[in-house]
Amino acid sequence: MLLASDIQVAQNIGFGIIALVMVIGALRVVTSSNVVHAALWLIAVMAGAAAQYLLLSAEFVAVTQVLVYIGAVMVLFLFGVMLTRAKLGKDVDLDNAGAWKIGAPVALLLLGVMGYVLVKGFDDTKIAVSGEGSTVGQNSLLSDKIFSTYALPFWALSFVLLAAVIGAIVLARKD
Amino acid sequence: MLVNNFLLLGALLFCIGVYGVIVRKNAVLVLMSIELILNSVNINLLAFDRLWADSGNNDGNVFALYIIAVAAAEVGVGLAMVLLIFRNRKTISLDDLSEMKG
Repeated sequence: MLLASDIQVAQNIGFGIIALVMVIGALRVVTSSNVVHAALWLIAVMAGAAAQYLLLSAEFVAVTQVLVYIGAVMVLFLFGVMLTRAKLGKDVDLDNAGAWKIGAPVALLLLGVMGYVLVKGFDDTKIAVSGEGSTVGQNSLLSDKIFSTYALPFWALSFVLLAAVIGAIVLARKD
Repeated sequence: MLVNNFLLLGALLFCIGVYGVIVRKNAVLVLMSIELILNSVNINLLAFDRLWADSGNNDGNVFALYIIAVAAAEVGVGLAMVLLIFRNRKTISLDDLSEMKG
């Protein structure tokens, strides 16, 4: 049961605006006929995601999202667009002809199933408001977790990144 | 706030990403759609993390960070492969890569 005092109006309005920007941006990413515009809309989606992480009190992940995605990944994407000499401006040959007849039903079916399950399962479960002295989103706890409980995945991840760096150099080398 | 706000936003972005992977022919745009999917998963992880955060649990944040790192590695290798394909065949249209087709 929702009580009036449980509804955080400001947060909900903020969420709605950011979510709208993200959905419009995502739709433009998959429908735009200009590769560079698609990349720029993707930046809007990533920035919106970072804002949503802030709403979920995950500050460190939000900052990492801005640094890694908007800072590094998007620059990489724009380099990819440039190096593959994509047509700047409108390009009609970006989509498979008639593939939306398969894609749209698949996506809508997936959305229907997931939406039904989520609405059924988490009907009006609320995110509790944390009070004074709450440790939610505290970065020292996060670093404790990464370097103790999840230290082994952290090591594994460093090897994944090393392999990716070497692999990318080997693949993209010219000779 | 309802946790379903975030979960439904994640589901919607995931479906848009799946649509992009199916419809797009340009390899760079397919990689962008995959980024949309990975981002929607991150939103879900953080929403669940916040839902159960009051018991001092923050595993969702750790998983989200690891997913961001893996996604960065994936984009690096993926774009290197796209560059290699472009250098060898002067096109990155995924329809032209059909040698393995039976």
